[in-house]
Amino acid sequence: MTNRLLDVKGLETHFNTPEGIVHAVNGVSFTLDEGETLGIVGESGCGKSVTMLSCLRLVPMPPGKIVAGQANYKDRDLLAISEDEIRKVRGAHIGMIFQDPMTSLNPVMTIGKQLTEPLILHLGLTEKQARNRSIELLGIVGIPRASDRLKDYPHQYSGGMRQRVMIAMALACMPDILIADEPTTALDVTIQAQIVELVIQLREELGMSIVWITHDLGVVASIANRVAVMYAGFIIEEAPVKKLYAGPSHPYTVGLLNSLPQIQVQEKKRLYSINGMPPTLYKIPHACPFAPRCPWVIERCWSENPLLFPIGDSHKVACWVDIKTGRER
Amino acid sequence: MTEKTTNPTGDNRLLEEAQSDRKIGWFEQVLGPDNYRIVTGLFKTPASIIGFVLIIIFILVAIFAPVIAPPVGNDPMKIPRDGFSGEPQPPGSPWNSNVPEIPFWYKPLTGNDKWVHLLGTAQGQYDIFYGIVWGARTAFETGIVVVIATVLIGVILGSVAAYYGGWIDNLIMRITDIFMTLPYIMMALIFSSILTPILGRSLLPPIIAMITFGWMGYARVIRSDILSIKERDFVLAAKASGVKNGRILTKYILPNAIFPTLVLATLAIGDVVLSFAALSFLGIGTEIGYADWGQVLSFARNWITSLDRYWYIVVYPGLTLTLFVMGWNLVGDVMRDVLDPRMRGKI
Repeated sequence: MTNRLLDVKGLETHFNTPEGIVHAVNGVSFTLDEGETLGIVGESGCGKSVTMLSCLRLVPMPPGKIVAGQANYKDRDLLAISEDEIRKVRGAHIGMIFQDPMTSLNPVMTIGKQLTEPLILHLGLTEKQARNRSIELLGIVGIPRASDRLKDYPHQYSGGMRQRVMIAMALACMPDILIADEPTTALDVTIQAQIVELVIQLREELGMSIVWITHDLGVVASIANRVAVMYAGFIIEEAPVKKLYAGPSHPYTVGLLNSLPQIQVQEKKRLYSINGMPPTLYKIPHACPFAPRCPWVIERCWSENPLLFPIGDSHKVACWVDIKTGRER
Repeated sequence: MTEKTTNPTGDNRLLEEAQSDRKIGWFEQVLGPDNYRIVTGLFKTPASIIGFVLIIIFILVAIFAPVIAPPVGNDPMKIPRDGFSGEPQPPGSPWNSNVPEIPFWYKPLTGNDKWVHLLGTAQGQYDIFYGIVWGARTAFETGIVVVIATVLIGVILGSVAAYYGGWIDNLIMRITDIFMTLPYIMMALIFSSILTPILGRSLLPPIIAMITFGWMGYARVIRSDILSIKERDFVLAAKASGVKNGRILTKYILPNAIFPTLVLATLAIGDVVLSFAALSFLGIGTEIGYADWGQVLSFARNWITSLDRYWYIVVYPGLTLTLFVMGWNLVGDVMRDVLDPRMRGKI
């Protein structure tokens, strides 16, 4: 068996807002093995980013609060160690890249300074060593004439190049895990493809594990080994990527896949969409959170929230209904 | 990984060409695009250019005071007196005793080889021209000292409040609110009156009083700017790469948040000088005869009923003060427009 890097159990994160407590993440459990790429998909506000931010304790507190759970990285629980220890994990062992490269770099600091920061901080390199390493890193992520461009400021870089810089920063200390929080969402399609390609290439070279958060099912198919689908703060289906696309077992996953436009379809047809809206997260649901929008809904869905259970080889789903037969499992 | 250092994915020739697309000067490099836009925006309207010209003239007068009005006696800040009689003398009246050296510009410009009271004398034969020229130094001194001190206090309190939040924020901001409710000029007057017997007659009592009651605006501005910068992605990104808290505040948050405060501060010099003049008109501050615009104006207090004859004792120092404050206000007006996000793209 491969090495288990990250083992998250029963993670719960709340936000205290003036309108009440928002239950953003409701008991999420997942694992990540060495060399594996986990895709987390779901629509906006379903808790994808908060889940991963919670693992690094980067959720703004207050108003955020991690109420329960564990996030074991190797043999340490990231949610229990001291502030100083978690700071040493961030960047050094777990790197993170963010959605919007335009706003994720400090506008008043040169690219060089920002790149060398984690190197000096975590690896204890001297200014000069860190500089050389930065040039190397920029080369790795495909920025030409790296040594000239270190003294440039972020606004002198294009969006795609900034995302490359963000990747270089996240990789600076050779982390075991790279968390990519919708890194291609803010980029246009050609740059998206380049960035995905770059990450795949780097994964092969460096052998790191990746958690790729996205709502783009196409991107996930091309990069992930395993996919977890989130809805309303729960993981509702988890499966190896091929299995998920071939046989989605949760009505929500089915809906998501159906709502993708298909290039080979000839007849003109309205694009499928799931009826209704995702629920607000002010109350802990005692029913299945997807029940109001679910075409397969049965009596039991309204009284009991299904938890994730295995339905086949490494395929888990949280649904009372076997959608192939339309009957309760 | 080191073998494959330069193997960018995709076709990067386009990238290479795109780089030289826009040349960015060192000035813009240093300031960053937002701040650069603010600075260049300042020089685009006639009003702000008039303002800058006025300010520059005053700076030159302050620097070259010894050339414009050669000092008489040991202390150049003491306005030279031509006798002791009470009645003010009109502009152009001859200088009898205590005559200063004649500077090189005087003869070619006036065609006169005797020094006269260019702008007249005030009560007690204090030369108004000297008071105005050397008073420019007093104005900049008090303005700069008060502004630097108030900004420091405001920035420290505001950033501590914003960064730590919770009860610390509440405590500091409530104290700020209380200070805000106090009428500024009255409190400064009372406090400097209390300080004068302790510190003696000098610039110190009004300066300390103005600092004590003048920092609140900066605390509020920097606090709100930090609160918004704190939520920016790059701060989260810095945290995610393990940067320490103190460093995040000083290298990531403050440099991005402080610019509007600094701009406000520079422009407050006009207001500070006006308040200082008001205090010294009322008799607070330096000993009598010190070169200071408010003081020169205060010499007019006894003659205010017969201004038909003695207009110059009010008009010259008053006009000086007006032009000085106007210079800063003109620049300040444009500054407000440039800083206003709703005006973006219009200037």
